[in-house]
Amino acid sequence: MEQQSVTSTIKGKRVITKKPELLAPAGNLEKLKVAVHYGADAVFIGGRDFGLRSNADNFSTEEMAEGVAFAAKYGSHIYVTTNIFAHNENMDGLGEYLQDLERVGVKGIIVADPLIIETCKQVAPKLEVHLSTQQSLSNWQAINFWKQEGLDRVVLAREVGLEEMLEMKRNVDIEIETFIHGAMCISYSGRCVLSNHMTARDSNRGGCCQSCRWDYFLYEETNTSSNQETALFDQEDAPFAMSPKDLNLIEAIPKLVEAGIDSLKVEGRMKSIHYVATVVSVYRKVIDAYCADPDHFEIDPEWLRELAKCANRPTAPAFFENTPGHEEQMFRTHSQKTTFDFAGVVLGYDEETKIVTLQQRNHFRPGDRIEFFGPEIENYMQVVGEIWDEDGKELDAARHPLQIVRFKVEKPVNPDNMMRKEVQS
Amino acid sequence: MKKPELLVTPTCVEDISPLIEAGATAIMIGEETFGLRLAGEFNRQAVEQSTAIAHEKGAKIYVAMNALFHNESLPLLPDYIQFLDRVGVDAIVFGDPAVLMNVKEHAPNMKLHWNTETTATNWYTANYWGRKGSTRAVLARELNMDAIVEIKEEAEVEIEVQVHGMTCMFQSKRMLVGNYMAFQGKDLKVQGRSKDKSLILHDPERDAKYPIWEDKNGTHIMSPKDMCIIDELEEMLDAGVDAFKIDGIQKDLPYIKKMTELYRQAIDLYLINPSDYEEKKEYFLAEVKKAQPSNRGLDTGFFFKETVY
Repeated sequence: MEQQSVTSTIKGKRVITKKPELLAPAGNLEKLKVAVHYGADAVFIGGRDFGLRSNADNFSTEEMAEGVAFAAKYGSHIYVTTNIFAHNENMDGLGEYLQDLERVGVKGIIVADPLIIETCKQVAPKLEVHLSTQQSLSNWQAINFWKQEGLDRVVLAREVGLEEMLEMKRNVDIEIETFIHGAMCISYSGRCVLSNHMTARDSNRGGCCQSCRWDYFLYEETNTSSNQETALFDQEDAPFAMSPKDLNLIEAIPKLVEAGIDSLKVEGRMKSIHYVATVVSVYRKVIDAYCADPDHFEIDPEWLRELAKCANRPTAPAFFENTPGHEEQMFRTHSQKTTFDFAGVVLGYDEETKIVTLQQRNHFRPGDRIEFFGPEIENYMQVVGEIWDEDGKELDAARHPLQIVRFKVEKPVNPDNMMRKEVQS
Repeated sequence: MKKPELLVTPTCVEDISPLIEAGATAIMIGEETFGLRLAGEFNRQAVEQSTAIAHEKGAKIYVAMNALFHNESLPLLPDYIQFLDRVGVDAIVFGDPAVLMNVKEHAPNMKLHWNTETTATNWYTANYWGRKGSTRAVLARELNMDAIVEIKEEAEVEIEVQVHGMTCMFQSKRMLVGNYMAFQGKDLKVQGRSKDKSLILHDPERDAKYPIWEDKNGTHIMSPKDMCIIDELEEMLDAGVDAFKIDGIQKDLPYIKKMTELYRQAIDLYLINPSDYEEKKEYFLAEVKKAQPSNRGLDTGFFFKETVY
């Protein structure tokens, strides 16, 4: 099959003409707005039902409508995850729900269960249907099956590498979406029921309690009547844990763009607005820089440092090049101390007095080193001086969540810019 | 009342005759390249022999092709499917749509059983795969009895339910045991399943032990107990569930044969006279317990358990 070219040459300079979508997660309306404002081309969200993160805030129909309208101002789109594997008892209300999504202008749904795919085609035909990674789609013939079923896009299994993606693109003409950043199942998605067994919470209906990240101990057992057990670890060894490092494909973006992948997806509907803002703005810069001038592109080390500021765990490229070994997994360190904490959101800035008005999101005090960032400003670091409350009363610290505070910032910042503070680890 | 199929998984060709004699009416086999978590490894020659034996004794034979296939495996599918068609197996067990498409093209008369294990959770989707060409749906083990009975009532395809044995909780493509050993700098050759030794994960929090192993399909983690509902078969027999499966994985012939005999007796007894079954079910359960390895407890899986989400 003829593959669509992603590039063309203008006045002797190669540019990328097929720019992939940058798809960001949002657990609530505030996060959605941040994702769009910081550069996401599309945002995926969950509704009250049929999605896989029952612990996330999730959106009411009214909130979805507001999200769609907000995104439209930026030319962005909203997709809704409806990717449970439904049980009989979950069928009620599905049709009405999908019609609601269509009515409020959601662009598409992300689905795993044919029940939901077929129902959507019947009752809400304007919605695009994207196959969820829960189907663990790993080969091009299976993709072809779903294309024939009328799906608009497929999200690949997390186990698919670059060479496989290229072969898929060569063989099937359908939009392909793949994960580029965030936490991942270490199992094939949809093929893990640890949570069901260990806590009676159904992982494939949004109840996953992440049993894979708990500690276990590996033994060898003889298959005799006495069943003798030998520990396969020493006293000082780490316990057995299945936890993978988080995915990070920032350095692979050029290859993904050249491969013609249609949508690059960031995981994390449960993550903070700081996380969403940081990750989206970094990938926005990488994609834009590469597409503008692919032949002179280099990774800016600043982008890597920026991504690390919101990392929860060490990161790795997972299956992108090869089946991951122990280096791409994590056993000893269960969490990496973040070097920065999200501390506030800018509400306004007075150019004359150089005073910022900020909504507090985490404790900070005079003397803390802080950094402002946003989609349209250069990162800017300074030390906090005097802090005042709304009435001008001096504070020894900004310690109340969502409190409005003011202090001096030498460089101009804009509403919706974010502030993080350095933490000593 | 309809007599359901009793489907059993043998560990080797030699198991098949005794299992059919013990009451199995269908046998599922396969090899690791195409099938997941099989009780034994059956190469092509073994498939041919097994098919001949099963058919001679009047039993059905099914072959597992329910792996999650990556591009590199696709070229292997047509030849294997044509081979199974030639040998005359009765059905191919699949999960990946790539298998379905290849069967339609290369062996259009071959029957298909849809078995993705964890994702067969509602009757609509069972019927969906029926419309795509499968004649049977193998239900997820995470369903309760009410859900199973309702699916059977609404199903336009045959319904198969596992009634006994170990179940899979987790499959990763990563080599988790090997990675762990490499990380610790330990020089342990990670072997697949062996007759002499097994690997287990201890879960101190829940005081449970999970069998774990690696093979071509990645790492598998299995249930800490064997499911057994030999004393709770009434509702499914009344509902007309089409096939009851005993999984022989990690067990030997004497055990699998014993279970086959007991379930055969239990099913037959209920179909002839439900009150006799009622009286004798404690005995059946006691017999299962007697045969049970000391390190494997019994439970009723998710048949009577409510999961939340």
